Amino acid sequence: MNDLIQINPSSLTGKKYWRSLDELADTPQFRAWAQREFQEGASEMLAGGSRRNLLKLMAAGFGLAGLTACRRPVENVLPFAKGVESYVPGRPLHYATVISLGGAATGLVVESNEGRPTKVEGNPRHPYSLGATSAHAQASILNLYDPDRARRVSRQNARSSWDEFTAWWKAQSSQLGAGAGLRILSERSSSPAVAAQKAAILEKYPKAQWVEYGSVNSDQPRLGAQMAFGQPLEAHYQYDKAAVVFTLDFDFLGLDSPTVLPTKQFSARRRSEDSNTEINRLYAAESNFTITGAMADHRLRLRSSDVGAFVLALARELNVTGAELKVLDGGVPGPSRRFLSALAKDLLANKGRSLVAAGPRQPAAVHAAVALINQTLGNAGQTVVYTKPVVETTDSVAGVTQLAADIESGAVKTLFLLGGNPVYTLPADLGLARALKKVASTVALAADENETWAAAEWRLPEAHEFESWGDERALDGTASIRQPLIEPLHGGRSVLELAAIIAGSEVIKGHDLVKNAWTAQFGAGAANKKWNLALHDGVIDGTKLAPVDAKADAAKVLAAAQAALPAAAPGIEVVFYPSSGPYDGRFANNAWMQEAPDPMTKLVWDNAALMSPATAKQLGVADGDMVAISANGRDARLPAVTLPGHADNSISLALGYGRSSCGRVGRGVGHRVEGLRTTSGFHIAAARVAKTSETYKLVTTQEHHTLVEPITNAERPGIVIQVTTEEYRKAPGFIHAEQHLPEMVDMFPAWDYSKGYQWGMAIDLNSCVGCNACLVACVAENNIPVVGKDQVSRGREMHWIRMDRYFTGDVNEPQAVVQPMACQQCEKAPCESVCPVAATAHSPEGLNEMAYNRCVGTRYCANNCPYKVRRFNFFNWNKDVPEERKMVFNPDVTVRMRGVMEKCNYCVQRIEEGKSLAKADNRRQVRDGEVLTACQQACPAGAIVFGNINDPESRVAKLKQQPRNYTVIEEVNTKPRTTYLAKLRNSNPELP
Amino acid sequence: MADLALDPRMDLNPPLVKGGVTYSDLTGKISAITEGKPPRQWYYAMGVALPLAALLVVCLTYLVSTGIGVWGNNNPVGWGWDITNFVWWIGIGHAGTLISAILFLFRQKWRTSINRAAEAMTLFAVACAGIYPLFHTGRPWRAAYWLFPMPNEALHMWQNFRSPLMWDVFAVSTYATVSALFWYVGLVPDLATLRDRAVNPVRRTVFGLLSLGWRGSATQWKHYELAYLILAGLSTPLVLSVHSIVSFDFATSVLPGWHTTIFPPYFVAGAVFSGFAMVVTLMVLARWVYNLQDLITIKHLENMCKVMLATGMIVGFAYGTEAFIAWYSANQYERFVFANRAFGPYAWAYWIMVACNVISPQFFWFKKVRTSIPAMFILAIFINIGMWFERFVIIATSLHRDFLPASWGYFRPTWVDIGTFMGTIGLFLTLFLLFLRFLPAIAISEVKGVLHHQINTEKGAAH
Repeated sequence: MNDLIQINPSSLTGKKYWRSLDELADTPQFRAWAQREFQEGASEMLAGGSRRNLLKLMAAGFGLAGLTACRRPVENVLPFAKGVESYVPGRPLHYATVISLGGAATGLVVESNEGRPTKVEGNPRHPYSLGATSAHAQASILNLYDPDRARRVSRQNARSSWDEFTAWWKAQSSQLGAGAGLRILSERSSSPAVAAQKAAILEKYPKAQWVEYGSVNSDQPRLGAQMAFGQPLEAHYQYDKAAVVFTLDFDFLGLDSPTVLPTKQFSARRRSEDSNTEINRLYAAESNFTITGAMADHRLRLRSSDVGAFVLALARELNVTGAELKVLDGGVPGPSRRFLSALAKDLLANKGRSLVAAGPRQPAAVHAAVALINQTLGNAGQTVVYTKPVVETTDSVAGVTQLAADIESGAVKTLFLLGGNPVYTLPADLGLARALKKVASTVALAADENETWAAAEWRLPEAHEFESWGDERALDGTASIRQPLIEPLHGGRSVLELAAIIAGSEVIKGHDLVKNAWTAQFGAGAANKKWNLALHDGVIDGTKLAPVDAKADAAKVLAAAQAALPAAAPGIEVVFYPSSGPYDGRFANNAWMQEAPDPMTKLVWDNAALMSPATAKQLGVADGDMVAISANGRDARLPAVTLPGHADNSISLALGYGRSSCGRVGRGVGHRVEGLRTTSGFHIAAARVAKTSETYKLVTTQEHHTLVEPITNAERPGIVIQVTTEEYRKAPGFIHAEQHLPEMVDMFPAWDYSKGYQWGMAIDLNSCVGCNACLVACVAENNIPVVGKDQVSRGREMHWIRMDRYFTGDVNEPQAVVQPMACQQCEKAPCESVCPVAATAHSPEGLNEMAYNRCVGTRYCANNCPYKVRRFNFFNWNKDVPEERKMVFNPDVTVRMRGVMEKCNYCVQRIEEGKSLAKADNRRQVRDGEVLTACQQACPAGAIVFGNINDPESRVAKLKQQPRNYTVIEEVNTKPRTTYLAKLRNSNPELP
Repeated sequence: MADLALDPRMDLNPPLVKGGVTYSDLTGKISAITEGKPPRQWYYAMGVALPLAALLVVCLTYLVSTGIGVWGNNNPVGWGWDITNFVWWIGIGHAGTLISAILFLFRQKWRTSINRAAEAMTLFAVACAGIYPLFHTGRPWRAAYWLFPMPNEALHMWQNFRSPLMWDVFAVSTYATVSALFWYVGLVPDLATLRDRAVNPVRRTVFGLLSLGWRGSATQWKHYELAYLILAGLSTPLVLSVHSIVSFDFATSVLPGWHTTIFPPYFVAGAVFSGFAMVVTLMVLARWVYNLQDLITIKHLENMCKVMLATGMIVGFAYGTEAFIAWYSANQYERFVFANRAFGPYAWAYWIMVACNVISPQFFWFKKVRTSIPAMFILAIFINIGMWFERFVIIATSLHRDFLPASWGYFRPTWVDIGTFMGTIGLFLTLFLLFLRFLPAIAISEVKGVLHHQINTEKGAAH
C-alpha cells in the first residue's frame, strides 16, 4: 500500500489526473498527507504492536461485528383493511378490530394516521356496533396514549423484564405438580383464544383453577334464566321488534347493557316520519333517574328493592300461571297500581310485540319472573331471543368467593391476576387486598399501575386492545379478530399472551395464537383467505349463536321466584351503578371521560350520593353536604346531590371513583364507594345514612335550571318542544300554530346558495337518548382540550357539543329532555357581525367558520351568541401535553392557542375530505351520507343527520320537511342551519 | 378670549376667585406648585398610587403570559370586570371634555379653575380605559395589530366594519387624540409662563420646547383663541359620540338587557354623571393638598353637584324606562333579564347601583349638601361606585342568564381582576399626581380672564 503511494503520479505516463493543486505541485505536505493512513487526530496504534494487542483488537472486532446483527425480530404484520393498494401517505388507514367492555364485544374500525391510531369509529358490519360507538369506545383511544400506563415489568419495586419473569415462571411451574396451588383470576372474557389457553392450562395443571369475574355486570340475568329454563341463557332483547317496552331498573340505553345495539334498535322503532307513524312506547320503573327513564313515555319511581314485588304483581296481573287473575293487594302502593294496570293492559294488547326486561342489578328471581312474563305475552322468540351465553362462568360471585376462601385457607400458592383491577372492583367483603399478602407469589397483569398492580409481587404491563392480537365474541356469538394498530408502546402483553406463557405454550405471540386457532377452524384450503376476510370485515361469518327455544314451567318457576325474593326492607337502600365516566374505574385516568358530564346530574370529575329531593329533605342535606353511608360494617363518605325524579328512600352511587392507585388524572377523583359493596350484589337493602358537618365542592357543567325561569316562573318556549303522539296526530302543524312570531326583518342580504352545497343538520330529539357518545367523539375528532374540575367550575369547559338536559313537570315526577347543542351555524349569525376582525365568517357553503389565526380574542362573538356554544381558550390548554399524548391528535385539525375562540364547524375537515374524494372519483357532488360529522357517525340513535340541504333528496332535507322540524328560539331570527325535530311522548291515554 | 359676560352690575354670580387675588398672585401661586417641592401630602398620595400602578404591571404581565383565564371571565360571561372597567373609565373621561368644550361654548366662566385638571383627568382616564380592550384579548399584540386598518399582504383581509368594536376603536382613539390636542393647546400659554419664570436651564429648555415659541403677542392670542374654539367645537360632538358608540357595543347585540335603543343617551348621561363625580373627588383633594380654596371655590363645586343631580336624575329615569319597556314589550327574555337583575343572583349589585346612582344624588337638592365639602365628597365616591356597578350590572347580569337556561352561569372576579382594576386606579392617580407636580393644574391664562373681569367689576362697584 505504501509502495503504491510512494509512486509519484507525475512519473506515470498517460493523461495526468490530479486530485488537488498540492498533488499537482507534488508538495512535501501532500506526500505526507498521502502517506498517512488515517486523518490527523485519529488515534493510531503506537509502534511496536504486540501479539497481545492484536488479540485484543481482534476480540473487539468480533464483538463489534456482532452488533450488526442486533435487530428487532421481524414480525409479520397486518394486512390493511381498506385501501392498501392505493396507500397514499398522509391519508389515514382504517383497521377493523374489536374491544370489549363488561364482557360485551363491540366491533370497531380504527383510523390510523402514519402508523398511529387516532380515532375510533364503529364497524358497520359488526352486529353490536352497526357503525356506531359508545362514549367509552370513543375514549378508549386515549387510554392507549395514557402517559401513566404501566410501562415496565417489575418484581416488587425492582425493575425486571419479561425474560426474567418467564424464567421465574419456568422454575416455578416445574414445582407446581398438578397445580393445586395455582389460581388464575381474570375478567370475564368471551375470547375463544383465551378459552383455549385456559383449557390448556387446566389440562396441564388439572388441580388449578381459573376464576372469572365481572366488575360491573353481574350474573343475575343468566342465573335468572337458569331458574326459569334450567340452563343459563343470554336473553337478547329485540327492541326494534317491540311496540311496548317495559324495563325494570334497567338502563338499557345506558351502561346496563351493550348500549349501542339496544339504542340503535330502540331508536329504529322510535323514528317518526310523519304524524301517523306508530312509534314504540317505553315504560320504565327505576330508582335512579337514568337516560332510559328520561326516554320513557311513562316512568315509575320505584326503589330497586321494590322491583321484585312489582314484577310479581305484574306477573299476577298478566296471569302468567294461567290461574285466576287475582286482585292486587296492598303490595303495590297507589300510584304504582295505576301504572301497573295501565301497563298490563298495554302489554296484553301487544302480545308478541311487547317486551319486558329487568336490569342486571336485580336478583335472579326477578329475571326468572320477567322471563315468565315474556313467555306469557308470547314475546319469547319474537322480541326476546335466548341463546347460550358467550361467557363460560355463570356464577362469578361464587367463583371469587371460593377463591377468597382458598386464599384465606392458605391453599393458594401462586395467583395470577390477569387484567382488570380486581383489588379495587371486587366486593369489599372478599378482602382481596389483605388476602393477597397470604399468597406466596402473585402476578398481576394490569393496564395501569392500579391497586391490583400495587398489591402484586410480579407486575406486568398489559398491552392495550389496540396493541395486541386477540379475538372476542359479541353477545350474540359473532366472533371478531382483534388486530393491533401499533406495536405495544411500553412492551405490554395481552391476557392471551400471558395465558400462553402460563400454559407453557411454545407459541406465545398473540398473532400466532389467534391465527393458528382460527385458521384451524377455517379448514385447509381457504384458511388464509378467510383469515384475511375476517380481518378486513371485523367479523367472522357463521359464528352467530343459534337461538335456543326455551320453555319454562310458569307455576313452578313463579313459586320459586316468589320464594327467592326477599321482602323489601324498610329504610334507605343503596344501589351501585357503573358511572358514565370512569365506568368501573378503568376509565378513571381518562380525562375525556372524567370531563364528560354525567347525562343526568351533569356532574364532572366526581360521583355523588344521588337521592330524591324528598329523601334529601328527610336527611336534612343539601347538594354538596357530605353524607356517611354505612352498611354491613363498612362505610363510605361522599357528597349528596339531589336528583329530581329519583326514587325516595333510595341512594344511587356511581362506581369507579376514588381510585387510590391511579395515574395523574384519576388519582383521588371522586369518592370510592366500592368499599361498601359486598358479594350480595350491586344493591344494599338498608343502609344508615347520616349527614356530616363537612361539605364538598361539586362541579357541574349545567346548573339545575329547568325551562321554567326562576323569579318570573314563566316557561321558556321554543327551546325544547315536545308533544304527545296523540296531540301530534291531531295537529301536525302544532309548532307553527303555537308560535306567534312577529314579522322578521333581516338587516343583511341573504347569501346565495344557488350553486354547490348548503350544509345543514337535523337533530331528532325523539331519538336522542343523551348517551354522550357524540360529545366524546367530538372531543376525539376535533382535538378538544380537557380543562379539569376547577376550570369547569369556572365555566370554561371546551366541549363543542353540549348535552343540555332540562327537567319539565313536577319536581317529584319530572320528565327530562336532552338536547344536544352545538353551533347552530346561523344564516344571520350574530357572531359574524360583531367580530371586529372578521375571524368568524360565513362560508359559501353556509358554514359559520372560524379562522383561528385571525382571532384576536375579544369574545364578543360568544357574548352575542344566543346559544352560548362558542368556547374560548382561556389558557393554553395544550401547553404541557406529554409527548405520547400528542399522538392522539387528529392531524386534520389545528390545535388552538390561548386567546382563540373555537366552536363546532360541522367537522369541516371531513367535509373538505369528502369533497376532494368525490372530485378524485370524478363526481361533481358528494353523495348523501358520504360525509358524516363525528357526532353523527358515533351516534347510536341516529339522532343527528347532516348533509346538503340544497339536495331535496338528502336525508337532512327530508327531515327538515317534517312538521316536527323547528328552530331553537326562532324569534331571535338567527336562521340556524341546525334544526331540531320535536320530541314525542307516546303517552298511554290511561296514565296522566 | 371673547368676553360676553352679563352686565357686571347685575352681580348675579358670586366671584369665581376669592381673596383679592391679583394677576401676579395667581401666576405665582399656580406656578409655584410646579416649581417648589411638593407638600408632604403629595408624597403620601404617591406612596399609595405608585405601588398600585406597579400592581397593574404585575397583573398585566401575569395576564399576558398566562391567559385571560387568570381573570374570572368565563362562558357565558365573556366580559366581566374588563369591559366594566373600560366603560367606567371612558365614562369618567367625559367630564373633562365636557367641562372644557361644552361649558366653554356655553360661556360658563366657572369652568376656568377646573378645566385643566378635568381635561388631564380625561386623558388619564382614557389611557386607563384603553388598557382594557387591548388587554382583555389576552394577546394584546394581536389586537393592536389587527384592530387597526393596516393593509396586510399576508391575509388580504380588512376589518369588519359591521362590528361595533371596530367603531369603538375609532371613537376612542379619536376622542383620545382630540382631547390630548385640546388639553395641550390650552396649556401652551401657561407653559410659556413657566418657561419665563424658570431659573433652572433644564426647565427653561423643556418648557421652552413645549411652549412652542409662545410670546403672548396679540396675533398669537388671536390665532390661539380661534384654534381653541375650533377644538372645542370638534370635541363637543365627541363627548356625545364616544359614549354613544361605546353603548353600541351592547345595543347592537341580540342579548336581552343589551339590545336597547335607550343606551346612547343613557350612557352619555351616565358618563357625565360619573365624570363629574370623579372631578369633584379629585378637586376636593387637590384643593386641600395645594390650598387652592381661593381658586376652586365652593361655587365651582356646587355647580358640579348640580350637574350630578341633573345627570343622576337622567340615569335614574333611564333605569325606570328600561324596566318599563322590558315589561311593556311583552318580550319574555327582556322581562326576565330585568326581573333577574333586581331579584336574581346579582340583585345585590343591582341594588347597590340603584342606591348609589338614583338615591344618593337626591341629596344634592339641598344647598347645605351641595356646599358641604365632606358631604359632596362622600356622595361623589358613592356615585363613582354606583356607576361602576351600573356597567357591571349591564354586562354581567345580561350575560350570565340569557336565552338557553342550560348555558347559564355566574361570574366571580379573581384577585387578578381586582388587582388590574386597582392597578388602573393607581396608574390614574400616579399620572394625575405627576400632572399636579409638573404642570399648572389650573389654567392660569383662563383664570386671569375671569379675574380681569372680576377686578374690573369690583373697581366699578367701588366707584
